[in-house]
Amino acid sequence: MTIGAVLLSAGILGAVGLGFAILISIAHRRFYVFEDPRIDAVVGLLPGNNCGACGFPGCRGFGEALVEGNTTPAICTVMSPDAREDVASFLGVDVGSADQRVARLLCAGGRDVAVQEAEYVGLETCAAATAVASGGKGCTWGCLGLADCERSCDFGAITMNEVGLPVVEPALCTACGDCVEACPKDLFVLMPLAHQLLVQCRNLLDGDAATAVCNVACNGCRRCAADAAPNLIAIRDGLAIVDYDHYDLATPAAIGRCPTGAIVWISGAQFQEPARALQGAVS
Amino acid sequence: MGFWHSFRHGVHPPDLKALTAAIPIRRLPYPDEIVLPLRQHAGNPATPIVRVGDRVERGDTLARAEGHISAPVHASAAGRVTAIELWPHPDGTHAPAIRIAVERYSPQATRPRVIPEWEGLSHEELIAAVKDAGVVGLGGAAFPAHVKLAPPPEFPIDTLVVNGCECEPYLTTDHRTMVEYPERVQLGIRIMLKCLGAKRAVVGIERNKPDAVDAIRNTLPDDLDVSVLDLTVKYPQGAEKMLIKAVLGRDVPSGRLPMHVGVVVQNVASLATIAEVFETGLPLIERIVTVTGLGIARPANLLVPVGTKLRDLIEACGGMTADAREIVFGGPMMGMAQADLDVPITKGTTGVVVLSRAETRDQPSLPCIKCGHCLDACPVFLNPQHLGALALADRYAEMEQAHLMDCMLCGCCSYVCPSHIPLSQLFAASKARVRKLKVLAA
Repeated sequence: MTIGAVLLSAGILGAVGLGFAILISIAHRRFYVFEDPRIDAVVGLLPGNNCGACGFPGCRGFGEALVEGNTTPAICTVMSPDAREDVASFLGVDVGSADQRVARLLCAGGRDVAVQEAEYVGLETCAAATAVASGGKGCTWGCLGLADCERSCDFGAITMNEVGLPVVEPALCTACGDCVEACPKDLFVLMPLAHQLLVQCRNLLDGDAATAVCNVACNGCRRCAADAAPNLIAIRDGLAIVDYDHYDLATPAAIGRCPTGAIVWISGAQFQEPARALQGAVS
Repeated sequence: MGFWHSFRHGVHPPDLKALTAAIPIRRLPYPDEIVLPLRQHAGNPATPIVRVGDRVERGDTLARAEGHISAPVHASAAGRVTAIELWPHPDGTHAPAIRIAVERYSPQATRPRVIPEWEGLSHEELIAAVKDAGVVGLGGAAFPAHVKLAPPPEFPIDTLVVNGCECEPYLTTDHRTMVEYPERVQLGIRIMLKCLGAKRAVVGIERNKPDAVDAIRNTLPDDLDVSVLDLTVKYPQGAEKMLIKAVLGRDVPSGRLPMHVGVVVQNVASLATIAEVFETGLPLIERIVTVTGLGIARPANLLVPVGTKLRDLIEACGGMTADAREIVFGGPMMGMAQADLDVPITKGTTGVVVLSRAETRDQPSLPCIKCGHCLDACPVFLNPQHLGALALADRYAEMEQAHLMDCMLCGCCSYVCPSHIPLSQLFAASKARVRKLKVLAA
């Protein structure tokens, strides 16, 4: 081994390195993609939860859409109003407006009112219990109360109440949809907070068969449909369905004669009043 | 002899068949009400063709098949249709069903019917007759039998594998069928071979049923290539892909069907039912059900009208003992736990196992110790401990990449887990979640 070999190898390596450096610098100029520097700045102002409630792929996707003017800061449900103002003033756009949406549970069958046909023993998650005879509840559509939704919520908006129903706190809910994904019974829906008329039931049984498994089940009696504005509420498969396209016609009058309390007029969070359970069926 | 005929992995649970293995099949008296779900088979639910108030005779068609992969539903007793409504279903949901109030003093005769000579029928007529009779696989999955009789022509079938394993503990339905009706099984094989154009049939029976092996062996036909293999006792030998591996040594790849390797598998009870269609002209309206377990007073093998409620079946077997804890449709490994005594026996109900406190366990599950027992047990070569960890962390996309969908929920991993982790239950829940996420994404 002579000093010549060392110099030769160092020279070859250096030449190869120089060659690639030139190639890279050419490629850098030729294939340069301009990225709006405001995107990074805006993303820095966003909450960074990547919850997806805005409908864009994460906070960066939302930031890009903001800079391109395809959406408004108000769409982000996680930011505080002040933070939205900051983003709007940085981009020189209007904050915009968006109806606040929340997750609502379409079941009011807590342990106090819904029949448990069989005891479930095993892994304490709704998903696992659903795989075993639907969890053993008499109403096979109903909430099992094992809190998969509570665990899925990144914002602490869901707490289980004393009868095993998840209560969604509207002020904390960002309508990201994680609970919708988590619930094996498909009981959560995302809807505007302003929609106060809600049928808290998914049970498709009719009449006495429905109330035999749950005191607050919708038994398809049609009283709400009769009392509400025409075409606002339809009865399909033994269940009252509110047509939210015509929600402006809704009034609390619809819930007045409900014999089970399945249809409710909510303000704020659900399940704040005790279940009405089979009152006013006669009179 | 099939000493070397087996498949890799699997488990050896105690077979516990002695409770009913020697008890002859007896007929259950007709109950007062029959409930026939429209979905008792894989595929589309049947469409009702009767109305509330109609009087039906035993054997009448109540609902017709909806499409190719579907099966009609027939009245299993004479009576009046009282309702067509949602009713508790063995799968744990409520599903549409036809309720019939059975006439208590009816002779339960059937309408006069022409019994076709099967030898004279063409291929299409045979398949139509099986379809009209509502025959489905009686081994549990309830796949419509006529679909298996007509595989697409691009996949020629060379071998019919007859499934007489009955590898689930406790169950003796297929066992008693083979012992008491071996001729029917043979006739079923004959008809099926004709339909498939296959040259040979192999009957696989586990070695813990020597009387069934003898019965089938003693009735083997001279003019057909039918043979019997007595297989080692191992669970899940009765799973289609495991049985093909054990009997023929062929591997059915992931996501493919037995017909792709030139095989059709049919269960012995289904073959006996196909034969019965051409012997009596009656559709599938009753089936043999093993009612067993330490939680039932008098275990039995019963011939039950399809649609009989679980409550009536338990009553006919002397009721439940004081320490009965859990009722399972099917075997304890893959069966479905029942929450409601009003669920009806369907075409796919192989047995009713009433487990006592001593037969169930509810130890809390402990952390995984990475012992690898589940890997050695999994018959489809998955990594249950890895999948289980992913399931507990809600990482469903990665589970799918790790072939979650190949899991058939046989329960071997749960059975061997020393930490009592309910792995197959986790996988059942995860499979449901993966399917739901696909629906939400669409």
